[in-house]
Amino acid sequence: MASKEEILAGLAEIVNEETGLETEEVQPEKSFTDDLDIDSISMMTIVVNAEEKFDVKIPDEEVKNLKTVQDAVDYIEGAQA
Amino acid sequence: MTRTAVITGLGATTPIGGDVPSFWANALAGTPGARTLEHEWVEKHDLPVTFAAELAVPTSEVLKKVELKRQDPSMQMATVAAREAWADAGFGEDADIDHDRFAIAFGTGIGGVWTLLEGWDTLRERGPRRVMPMTVPMLMPNGAAGALSLEFGARGGARTVVSACASGTESLDLALQLIRSGKADIVMTGSTEAAIHPLPIGAFCAMQAMSKRNDDPQAASRPYDVDRDGFVLGEGAGVMIIESEEHAKARGARVYARLAGTGVTSDSHHITAPEPEGLGATRAMRAALEDAGLSPEQVCHVNAHATSTPVGDKPEYLAMRAVFGDHVEQVKVSATKSQTGHLLGASGAIESVLSVLAVHHGKAPVTINLDNQDPQIPLNVVTGTPAELPEGDRAVVKNSFGFGGHNAVAVFTSY
Repeated sequence: MASKEEILAGLAEIVNEETGLETEEVQPEKSFTDDLDIDSISMMTIVVNAEEKFDVKIPDEEVKNLKTVQDAVDYIEGAQA
Repeated sequence: MTRTAVITGLGATTPIGGDVPSFWANALAGTPGARTLEHEWVEKHDLPVTFAAELAVPTSEVLKKVELKRQDPSMQMATVAAREAWADAGFGEDADIDHDRFAIAFGTGIGGVWTLLEGWDTLRERGPRRVMPMTVPMLMPNGAAGALSLEFGARGGARTVVSACASGTESLDLALQLIRSGKADIVMTGSTEAAIHPLPIGAFCAMQAMSKRNDDPQAASRPYDVDRDGFVLGEGAGVMIIESEEHAKARGARVYARLAGTGVTSDSHHITAPEPEGLGATRAMRAALEDAGLSPEQVCHVNAHATSTPVGDKPEYLAMRAVFGDHVEQVKVSATKSQTGHLLGASGAIESVLSVLAVHHGKAPVTINLDNQDPQIPLNVVTGTPAELPEGDRAVVKNSFGFGGHNAVAVFTSY
């Protein structure tokens, strides 16, 4: 089980891989669309990579609720349980 | 009055040079681009051909990590060459142009074959959830045209020409029509191919089209030689910026040459074999010269299609003989696939770059590996050192032919 900090760090790496954004920019309060300028295709790529990395399932209908980085961290943490 | 199309920018990434200056210098020097492939998949699939002409400068050394992830290799190569051409034409990042009158006319033979087949592997091995969402825009053959339109702000249409190994030269025909008809003032044209993958290699081997000279890759591509045994697969992209003469003049652009005419015909003979007398190629060359308003005697140099297959090289000679008559002996012929290998859909694009530079600099690149010229193909082939082309107005012909019976010819003249 990954901690919140580990999930945040892992997500930041995935976002960096997909978008080139520096990992430090991937902060909990940041919105994927408004702050990080991540489009829907990139978001799905990030979700698929996060599922793989953290061994969780993130249903498609859940993705629209993941507005901020914190939302994603919380969802992944809960899904691990 | 017909609008004149001029060439103001060139870009290329090829097996013998990662940009136009190195490509041109190496083409004049005679540089074999083929090497033994160092990929695990060659042995894994027990491929009958173990060499190819890979890029001299891999895209991974030029592009950002994100660009590499979001673009199929064929798109990456197009991006590299397009950036060079755009800058070479004197356009910056925020070019002051009418973007609605800027079009893309881009070719490919196969498109995103790496993305397609890696996606299929992922689906079979790990299920549909693991298939990357960017798969479709990376595998589609118009991927490069779309990506270039996006990057450079071309809003006058981003079109794709697909005619196998004629794609690169046929895209010039489309570009010329867009300029002449007044539909565009600037066209970014060219073609790309990244098909050094086990499936195309296996498939071309299955049809006995590739050289199997595994013990000597650098000598394998040998157009017109009696010992030629097939083509050598290459990869890369070539790009040109074509403008209307008025547009180029108004901004004081440097002009390399005119795109004076094009000709496109189809054999309607066989899906892969060329028509043995070269009749379709003859018609295409005649059409291109007529389009350019030139007589055959005005042509000083042909960059030939010449892939080094036993059956393919001769019909092109017969076509040249028919078009040029006795003047064929005066025409300096370069078979540059002897150096670059065969870039399939991109071959016409990079060879057109060489043809434009031949007009501009008055030199024709060399043909290597021509040790014993096939007596059935008595062309005046440039070997050893580059040929000096005549002073004054020069006219150069580029031929390309593709599976499907496609014939495309472009004519470049001095400006």
